[in-house]
Order: sequence, then C-alpha cells, then structure tokens
Amino acid sequence: MFDFTSMTTAIDSYLNSVLPSSAATLIECAIIAVCVIVAYLVFAIIMIFMERKVCAAFQCRLGPMRVGPWGLLQVFADVFKMLIKEIISIKNSDKILYNLAPFLVLMSSIITFSCLPFDKGLQVLDFNIGAFFIMAASSFGILGILLAGWSSNNKFSMIGAVRSGGQMISYELSMGLSILTLVVLSGTMQISEIVETQTKGWFIFTGHVPAFIAFIIYIIAGNAETNRAPFDLPEAESELTAGFHTEYSGMNFGFFYVAEFMNMFIIAGIASTLFLGGWAPLYVPGLEGFNSVMECIPGFVWFLAKTFFVIWLLMWIRWTFPRLRIDQVLALEWKYLVPIGLINLLIMTICVVMGWTF
Amino acid sequence: MNIREIDIKEFRQEMLRLRKEGMDFLRDIIGMDWKEDGIGAVYILENSNTHEVEEVSVRTANREKPQLPTVCDIWKVAELLEREAYDFFGIEFNGHPDLRRLYLRNDWTGHPLRKDYDPSEAINPVRLESEKDEDVRREYEIQEEKQLAELVERLKILHYDQYVINIGPQHPATHGVLRFRLSVEGEVIRKVDIKCGYIHRGIEKLCESRTYPQILAFTDRLDYLSAHQNRHALCMCIEKAMGLEVTERVQYIRTIMDELQRIDSHLLMFSCMAMDMGAITSFIYGFREREKVLDIMEEVTGGRLIQNYNIIGGVQADITPGFAEKVKAYCNDQKRRLKEYYDVFVNNIILKTRAKGVGVLSLEDAISFGATGGTGRASGWACDVRKRHPYALYDKVEFKEIVHAEGDSYSRLLVRLEEIEESIKIIEQLIDNIPEGDYKTKTKPIIKLPEGTFSASVEGSRGEFGVFIDSRGDKSPYRLKFKPMGLPLIAAAHKIMKKCKIADLITIGASLDYVIPDIDR
Repeated sequence: MFDFTSMTTAIDSYLNSVLPSSAATLIECAIIAVCVIVAYLVFAIIMIFMERKVCAAFQCRLGPMRVGPWGLLQVFADVFKMLIKEIISIKNSDKILYNLAPFLVLMSSIITFSCLPFDKGLQVLDFNIGAFFIMAASSFGILGILLAGWSSNNKFSMIGAVRSGGQMISYELSMGLSILTLVVLSGTMQISEIVETQTKGWFIFTGHVPAFIAFIIYIIAGNAETNRAPFDLPEAESELTAGFHTEYSGMNFGFFYVAEFMNMFIIAGIASTLFLGGWAPLYVPGLEGFNSVMECIPGFVWFLAKTFFVIWLLMWIRWTFPRLRIDQVLALEWKYLVPIGLINLLIMTICVVMGWTF
Repeated sequence: MNIREIDIKEFRQEMLRLRKEGMDFLRDIIGMDWKEDGIGAVYILENSNTHEVEEVSVRTANREKPQLPTVCDIWKVAELLEREAYDFFGIEFNGHPDLRRLYLRNDWTGHPLRKDYDPSEAINPVRLESEKDEDVRREYEIQEEKQLAELVERLKILHYDQYVINIGPQHPATHGVLRFRLSVEGEVIRKVDIKCGYIHRGIEKLCESRTYPQILAFTDRLDYLSAHQNRHALCMCIEKAMGLEVTERVQYIRTIMDELQRIDSHLLMFSCMAMDMGAITSFIYGFREREKVLDIMEEVTGGRLIQNYNIIGGVQADITPGFAEKVKAYCNDQKRRLKEYYDVFVNNIILKTRAKGVGVLSLEDAISFGATGGTGRASGWACDVRKRHPYALYDKVEFKEIVHAEGDSYSRLLVRLEEIEESIKIIEQLIDNIPEGDYKTKTKPIIKLPEGTFSASVEGSRGEFGVFIDSRGDKSPYRLKFKPMGLPLIAAAHKIMKKCKIADLITIGASLDYVIPDIDR
C-alpha cells in the first residue's frame, strides 16, 4: 500500500532546508488549509449533486437535467445564485451572534473534516486522542445552531434551535458510546492506528455482534447529529418553515447548507474509518491471492467508496422515512439507544478481555 | 323545502326538545334577511340515525339590534356558524361565548349580507394596514333589568405574556391561508385561536347579483378539490327547482366524474399528509398518480383544477371517445399503486407512532361538530350522503361505506385510502354501461326559478356539501348559501388540537384535510 507519509515528509524536509523552520511551518499550514478547504468544497459539490440525483431516483424523477449534461452544472449555478443574493439584516437581531453563527457551524465541520484519514498518511490532524478530538470538534457546531436560533429574533428559529439543542446534545451521547466501543476493540484512540489495525480485518467483522450493534447505533445517532430526516425537527419544513436558519439568506444560509451536507460526509467518513476499515482494503484471512488483488486498489478509493456507500445509506433513510416528533426523538435516545449502547460497551469489553474477537 | 317557523320565545325550548328527540346533527345555520319581515336564521337539523331532516326558522322583527338565543351549547358546530351569521347579518346570539367576526376584518363597518347594506367605499375603504388582533372575547348576556342582552367583555383569549406563535396565514402546513394563533409552553399547545377569512371573497353576496348560469362558475372555486361535486350540488338544486330531469347519460357522466374527483382529492390528501410528516418521497408517489387523474379530466373537461363541467341540465361537453379505456387503465394501475403507498408510508412505524391516538375525535363530538366526510367516518359516524340521501346513481351502484372507530389521525388517513378503492369500484361498475343519449338538456338562456326555498346536498371530497337557495322568482337568487365542508372540520380541530404538540397540530391538520377557500367562500 502506498504510504503518503513519505511524500509529506519529503515536502517538509525540502521546505525546512530552504527556509527557516518557523516560515516553513507557516507555509505548510497555509498549503494544508487551502487543500482542506478545497477538498471540503469539492466534496460538498459532489454531495449536493449526489443528493439531488439519489433523491430523484427514489422519487421516480430524473433530477436536474437542464444545466449542463445530466445537470452537472446545476450545483455551480446554485452556488452562483446564492453568492449574488442579498444578505438581509434582521431588525432587532443580535448582529454579532447572528453573523458569527454560520461560521461556528462551518468551522466545527471543517476541523472535523481534517481528521478524516483519506489514505495512509493522508490525514491532517492525527494524534493520540484522535477519537476524542473528533467528538469534541464535531459537537461545538451545535453552538452555532443555538446562536443562530437565538439571535434571529424569530420564534420559529428559536423553537428550531431549542429542538436541535435537545436533540444534538442527547445524540452526542450514544455516538460517543459507540465510538468508545470501537476504541475498546482497537485499544487506541489514534485514528491512523485504528485504521492500521483494520488492514487485518475490518472492525465490523472482527468485532462481530457488538461492533455491528455499535454501527447501527452510530448510523442512527449520526443521522440525528446531522439534522436529517427522520430527525430533521430543528428545520422541520412543514412545522417551522426552515427552523433555525429561517432568517438567513444568501451565502450565510449557504454556509449552513454546506455544513449540513459536509456533516453527513464526515459522519459517513468516521463510520467508514471506525467500522469499515477506512482506507484498509478488504482482507479475508487465508485468501492471499484475493487480498493482494484488493491491495492494488489505492487506499483513498477504498475510503471514498465506503464513505459514499454510507452516505447512500443515509440518503436512503432520508428519502424514505417520515419525521419523528420531539418527544419520540428523545425517548428513542434516552430510553433505547443509551441503555443499549452502554450494555453493548460492556459486551465489547468482555469480548475483548476474553479474547472473543477475531 | 318545508321550513317550520318557531316563535323566538319558544325557540330555545323547541331546539332543546328537537335535540332530545335525536336531532343531533346541525347541518347548517343560514342567516336570512327577510326585509320587512325581519331578520333571522334557518336551521337545518338531521337525525344521525334515522336521517330524518327537519328545517326550522326563527326571526326577530328588531332590525336595528337583532338578537337570537344561541344554540352553541346544544350543537358545538353552532359556535362558528353563529359567528358567521353575526359577521354577515349582525345577529347577536345571546349566550354565545365568543362572538367575534369570523371572516371580515375587526374594523369592518356593517354586515354585508343584509339587504340594507351600503357597499360604498366611503364606509369601508381599502385599508392598507393590517388589522389588530382582537384578543377580547365578546359575549351577550341577558340582564335582568333590561330587555336587551348587553355586551360583556370577557377574559382575554391570548395574553401578552404568553409565547404566541402564528401558524399561518402563510405557512407550509396550513394548505392555504388559514391562521392558527397558538399559545405554547415549550412544544405543548395551550390555547388555539383560529382566524379565517384571509381568502374570503364574498361569494354568497356575489351570487345575489348574478344569474344562475353565472353562479355555477363560483362553485369550482370553493373547494377546488371537489369542484365537480360542488357544481353537481348546485346544478342538482337548480334542476330540482326547475323540475328538470337530466338524461341517464348525464347521471352516469356526473357520477363517474364525481368519483374521479374524489380519488384526486384523496390522493392529494395522502400526499400532503406525507409531505407534512416529512416523507417527501411518498408525496411524489401520490402526485404521480394524481397526475393521471388530472390528465383524464383535462381531456374531458379542458381543465385540470377548475373544470367548469356540469351545467344546468347536463354537462358542458360529451365524454371523449377513448374515455372508458383510459379510465379503466387508470383504475387498474391505481389499485396496484395503492399497495405501494401502504408499503412506503401507511405501514411505516414512524407514521404509526406519530398518528395513532393523535387528535382523537369521539363519535359524539364528530356528530356535534357536524364533521362529515372522511373525518366523521373515521370516528365511527356513517355520514356518507351517497348512502344517507342517495342522489345521481349512487343507489344503483354497490359500494361499501368505510367506517372506522378510532377517530384518530391514522384512521382518518386509512378512511381516505380505502375510499379510493371504493371509488374505483363505483367507476368500474359504471364505465362500461354509459347509455347513449343527450349529454345536456336544452334550457332557456335565462333561467328563472319558481318562488320558494330549495336545497340539495352531495358528498363532497371532504364532507357534505350543501346548497340552499331562497328564490323570489327572479333570475338570480334572493339568498344562496353554500354549506361548507371545512368549517365543521376546523371547529373540531380547535378542540382536538389543545394539549397536543406543535408537530401533532400539523398531523391533525393534514388528517382533517380542510381546504381553505371552501371555509372562507
């Protein structure tokens, strides 16, 4: 498997040789920031296009077909439209918080995005508490949503924000529990090591029953975290018009929109990292020929294929189910997912201690 | 019609007696202005078991300050119907707990359906600012020392310190311009105040200055999802008054088109309920089939939503040559698709938890509120006009009246879907046997109805739709009243929405399936 570490260290040592180390670090930071943001936007565009086409397929439609071949340029047209729209300022709103909110949401999602291991060595943030960092970084996006609802001076926004506060903070719990289950299985929190372990079998296979349960819980909680149907109450269209971002227009709304899509990508990316082996190719013990063929496929292809498979699962759910009610959402979390997650963590610990994993 | 007049002094006793005798369904209250004979109202009552109908009227000679005793403690639907009569005729109902205008603005002067109303713009200019919400309940109470009941102002409806949310007039889930003012505590609704009239066009007033063929055009614009049935009712009423018999071919065409329209409306109800619950794919599924119904209608009538098809004495144009084949092909397709709806939406566990037991309307309430149609039938009230008072060909075809007992939002959805199957059955029985004959009977260009009162009612897509005509022998009616299908529904909604959550309000609204232009007229 090609290791990107050699490439990044080569760039690093070259820059250090021609520049003082502080300047080299600065330039590296700038390059990485540009790369992350470009990758972020490219994936956002792919995701938005995919959502439209997948949704259209579920609804027996064609989706966008007019702008460019197969509607390929539709997303660009949308972004252009969003950019030229007026950003309306709201009377009696808290101006600072109102304008800060979309950036908070976007920032949280970009930081989490940079933790994703796209390939061996192709990862921006990687340190020994990686799993914790992901949870921490992804959860401060909720601040942005709460602020957006609070500062908009709109009752619908307020209700949407309070709903999303209750929902996202609750589901953080079962998401954390299912990540912990996998941390117990892998014995490390460093993302790169978690993936490395899975080159000898993905966790969803080696961790068998408890890992599978954790995967299901993670998908449900992840869906709730991204505020997508059936958990889209914070922006429930038929109840609260657009929920917490009712009053946002132009690119301010665009940030929320992009962040929502990319959160879905991140959720799927983490799911594929933790459960489906990230960039690790499919490994079947005993079938050496098969394994070597699988290894020929580059790691980032594996990662993206798995991620988009999970995204497709999320979209399938999104376009099939009706919306839940707020008390049902919370009951599902506190009465079912958290207890199941806790017991599952216990089972996983016992499995690991007794050596019942593959 | 055989209207029995009751003296105002004995009115309350007589109404209480009628209620005791089993007249538990108040079909309509029709405000009337008899000029020098006074102002009053006509009450149409029905026994929900025996389907016996009784029409009574009451009048007061005092034109300045007409006052009648209220009946809203006897029949719950009277609360809104009396507000309507107050709005249009200025009749003050003694003992009514909340006598505000229902449709017109609070600051409107005069009562437009009175014959002495002055429509000049100097009195009611076009106002450019929004009206202030009226938060004081008004009640007329009989006071011992005085002859007339006096206005008493009661507790505020919504306090300024409550968290008040407006659902509407422009809101994705109100399906039109209806406005709910909610006082909420967190997610739980404490008080509901319903405001109508945002799309009020004064159709009943317009009718009084139009000829009968001109009036026909209004009916399609009441409940646009039962345009055929509405027009059928009006044509039937006028034909009855003229003593005109339509040919059997016309009866067949009208029945088939009524049922197609019903399927169209129920499909829309299914789709919109799915949309309101957040299941957008099911919404598209429903609309996919609805499109085919609309295609058939367009081919026959030329219109998709507003068809203008029924006319006095027949229908506008004959059915097209390939009509029967297309309808049969559609019916076969629809039967297959219905299963899909059950798979993707109706049997979904999330829908069941959200809709079962939500917004329960008991049988007594359904009758008392006069909530006919699918809503009443979901509560266990067999209220189908097609069975109660058969018209057109409904006594010749076989179909089942769908009745569920639960009365919750889920059973209201089931009733609609099962009724689609029954409608298909009706169409299939008729479509191959359409007899030859004229598609319309020639009528005179100017139609004058004989003196008297006439009424007719049909089963619209969401309840009983009635027409009441008081004719003085002219070419336009003296008074024409449409019995709305939606008004009883929102009266009932008012009750069952209390103490539920905001999301439940959307579910209840979608399952009641009201259409606003029909409420507002």
